Amino acid sequence: MKNPIKKHTNDVILESSTTFITFIIFLFAVYLFFAGHYTPGGGFIGGLVTASALVLVLLAFDIKTLRQILPIDYKQMTAVGMLISVLTASGALLFNKPFFTHAHSYFNLPLFGKTSLHTAMLFDLGVYLVVVGVTMTIIQTIGESD
Amino acid sequence: MSLLHLAILLPLLVSLFIPLLYKKIRSVHTGWFVLLVPLTLVAYFSQFLSQTMAGKTVVATMKWIPSLDINFVAYVDGLGLLFALLITGIGSLVVLYSIYYLDAKKEALHNFYVYLLLFMTAMLGIVLSDNMIVMYLFWELTSISSFLLIGYWYERERSRYGAQKSMLITVFGGLSMLGGISLLSLLSGSFSIRESLAAVGTYSGDPLFTVSLVLFLLAAFTKSAQFPFHIWLPDAMEAPTPVSAYLHSATMVKAGLYLVARMSPIFAETPLWFYLVSSVGMFTLFWGSLNAVKQVDLKVILAYSTISQLGLIMSLLGLGAAALQVDIIPDSLYTVATVAAVFHLINHATFKGSLFMMAGIVDHETGTRDIRKLGGLSQLMPVTFTIATIGTLSMAGVPPFNGFLSKEMFLTGVLQVSESGLFHLDTFGLLFPFFAVVGSIFTFVYSILIVYRTFLGPKQLDKLPKKPHEAPIGMLIPPLVLVSLVVLIGLFPNLLSNTLIRPAAEAILPKVIANGGTIPVEIKLWHGFNPELFLTILIISAGTILFLTLPKWRSLYHRMPKQFSLNHQYDALLSRGERTSTAIHDTVMTGYMRSYLVYIFGFIVALVLSSLYFLDAFRFDVNPLSTVHAYEVVLVLVLIGSALSITFARSRLTSIILLGVVGYTVALFFVLFRAPDLALTQLVIETVSVALFLLVFYHMPEISRKEERIKFKLGNAAISALVGLSVTLVALASLSQRSFASIAQYYIDNVADLAAGGNMVNVILVDFRGFDTLFEISVLAIAGLGIYAMINFRKTGGIDK
Repeated sequence: MKNPIKKHTNDVILESSTTFITFIIFLFAVYLFFAGHYTPGGGFIGGLVTASALVLVLLAFDIKTLRQILPIDYKQMTAVGMLISVLTASGALLFNKPFFTHAHSYFNLPLFGKTSLHTAMLFDLGVYLVVVGVTMTIIQTIGESD
Repeated sequence: MSLLHLAILLPLLVSLFIPLLYKKIRSVHTGWFVLLVPLTLVAYFSQFLSQTMAGKTVVATMKWIPSLDINFVAYVDGLGLLFALLITGIGSLVVLYSIYYLDAKKEALHNFYVYLLLFMTAMLGIVLSDNMIVMYLFWELTSISSFLLIGYWYERERSRYGAQKSMLITVFGGLSMLGGISLLSLLSGSFSIRESLAAVGTYSGDPLFTVSLVLFLLAAFTKSAQFPFHIWLPDAMEAPTPVSAYLHSATMVKAGLYLVARMSPIFAETPLWFYLVSSVGMFTLFWGSLNAVKQVDLKVILAYSTISQLGLIMSLLGLGAAALQVDIIPDSLYTVATVAAVFHLINHATFKGSLFMMAGIVDHETGTRDIRKLGGLSQLMPVTFTIATIGTLSMAGVPPFNGFLSKEMFLTGVLQVSESGLFHLDTFGLLFPFFAVVGSIFTFVYSILIVYRTFLGPKQLDKLPKKPHEAPIGMLIPPLVLVSLVVLIGLFPNLLSNTLIRPAAEAILPKVIANGGTIPVEIKLWHGFNPELFLTILIISAGTILFLTLPKWRSLYHRMPKQFSLNHQYDALLSRGERTSTAIHDTVMTGYMRSYLVYIFGFIVALVLSSLYFLDAFRFDVNPLSTVHAYEVVLVLVLIGSALSITFARSRLTSIILLGVVGYTVALFFVLFRAPDLALTQLVIETVSVALFLLVFYHMPEISRKEERIKFKLGNAAISALVGLSVTLVALASLSQRSFASIAQYYIDNVADLAAGGNMVNVILVDFRGFDTLFEISVLAIAGLGIYAMINFRKTGGIDK
């Protein structure tokens, strides 16, 4: 079996299609993340789709290229995600509400018009970051361990 | 939270700042800051004296886990206060002593004082808690802090051995106490000691009551180093001397005595309690003193002496239980044993504390504790010599020191109970005076031995590692305070009788008070010519003869075969345990994932199928099933086909692709059943995990499937078939029977109102069951970091960087 992450010379089609497909997948992930509360989607799926976009880059090019494009420490990303989720959940305690009580309201934002803002989205952002962080940590660690 | 709770927790709170003080203020010995804590607490606790003297008690409750009836109930009575004053009083002296004993430049003082303060809180917690679960918590905390303090010089092999031994034995006792507490609270319906006592008549006939009694006694015997659990105490002498003086003679080892005293009102009417406590105590008194004579290390002699003295107090508490047989004894004649126990407990803390400090001084100034190398130090260290003489004479029971008084009372108690005819004592009751006298004779011998071999006899300065001289004044003050108490109590014993002894004895024997009796605490130096006096004369003269002829009979000790000794048994038990667990581990843990999967799946199959069978849980009902469509049949066929082909695939790559087919087909099912969230998730997960599998398999060793034996393959086939079967059965059974209504309707009704959302799946994930998600991402994060750590650990060649 060949090394799936080594750069091959005859992947022209895969490489050139990856360059724009990745962005489409990534945009779709962002859409899924925000759509979650009303239509199919959410932080977990959004995170997985983002991770799969990154995996595609990894397969088409190699781990070094991915690192040059996105110089992110995915372990820290995981930690930040956990922190956001826990803090969002404990935020309710400040208002003397039980742990994990969410709050939501409608705001008139410029450009978007009447928009619903919900603390559940902040929690979901944490979930998103953890999912991307963990998936990429695992793949990167195993991929690099030569 | 009251001031009382704060007082108990004060050492723990202060300990948080000790490392900071140690790091920032290096010019001042950290001990000076620590010293303030016990001093404050002594002052605080002494103000309760007037209340306990009047027979009153103080209770303060702090809610902790009210739903489980576990609250931090601080309870001060005579017994608890006596211990609290001992803990803080001796604690102050020991901290002062440690300032001169431990070098600020060389020693890790921050560790030492944090452990010591932790211990102080734990010990105060034990003696001032009414809730048994809270008491248990503090009880184990003393074991842990004792472990840390014995292992303080952890680079020494003997320290680690001693720490482990004490931990194993005392924690074993602690766990059995937890069992005892559970049983007792089941019977009495409360974790409170006072409430359990109030209801004792209603449940004392239950057979579990006796089990609980034995479990409590196991805890007391292990903690107070009673035979045969005493073996940890001599090895605990590897701790720094202040620790030995504090934990292993004055306070922690007395926690077992405290427990016996505290539980006496509940258990003492059972004859078994009387038998066990008094005979184990008496035999420990004998055995400890017998073994002390053959030791050569000054601290180990003192350790055996402590074991023996703890046995003495334990037996007194047992004999005192006779006083609770109020039906038989209307007047409180037998209270003398309990009074003697309390009195000797105080006396032992004073003379044994001073003797340990003396041993520490000798060790510090000469560099050795081996009595074969010491000798003739009386001219070089006159003050230490004085301390040692007074301390040992008191321990030997020579007048006019306090040890004499309590020893006389001990003999009185023994003689009275053995003559009483209670519990069929007329038959073997004579054994009690016999063991008491023989134990006292050997106590006399080793007491003289300590002074003679260290301070008198020939000088052998060439054998000492250091040139000896008198200790600094700071190290002498604490033992001097203690020996002056020895003399003071010896001459004026009634200073204590109403302030400390009577309230404590009343707390141990509440029934005597409740029945209108009194506990007379008149301690006299001169009783006239009575049997006790003659016994004392006998002890002193026999002891002198034995001491003079010691070289002639000492060799008898070596006659005892080594493999029968308890220490040998303990070591053998440990090494056997290690060997057995290594053998089991080596057979079970093969290092192959497939073996582990066989265990896991085999267990699941056994569990599921047997519970389906024995609980008669399988039901099959066709009604809730919906009609099957053609699409679904096709998909199922694809599923079965690809799943079966995995087992015949030759390469891993093929297997992964086939597994991917299974996953995508399941995703199609979700599409058919109109679950877009699940379908989407399933699709993406399949994609990512195929990529992951490819990466992982690249690193896997090349093992052909053909190498496996056919028997192994058949076993695997059977297990996988059974796993499939049991999952199918469970799925069918759970579909066919519902014990309660589905929660689905609740979600449908409330998703817009309560959570302001439109997508139920996602609202469940982030809101209704947000806790689940929070824990899931935590597990995910842990798994990710675990993989990262493991793989990088392997890269460094197993060396932790």
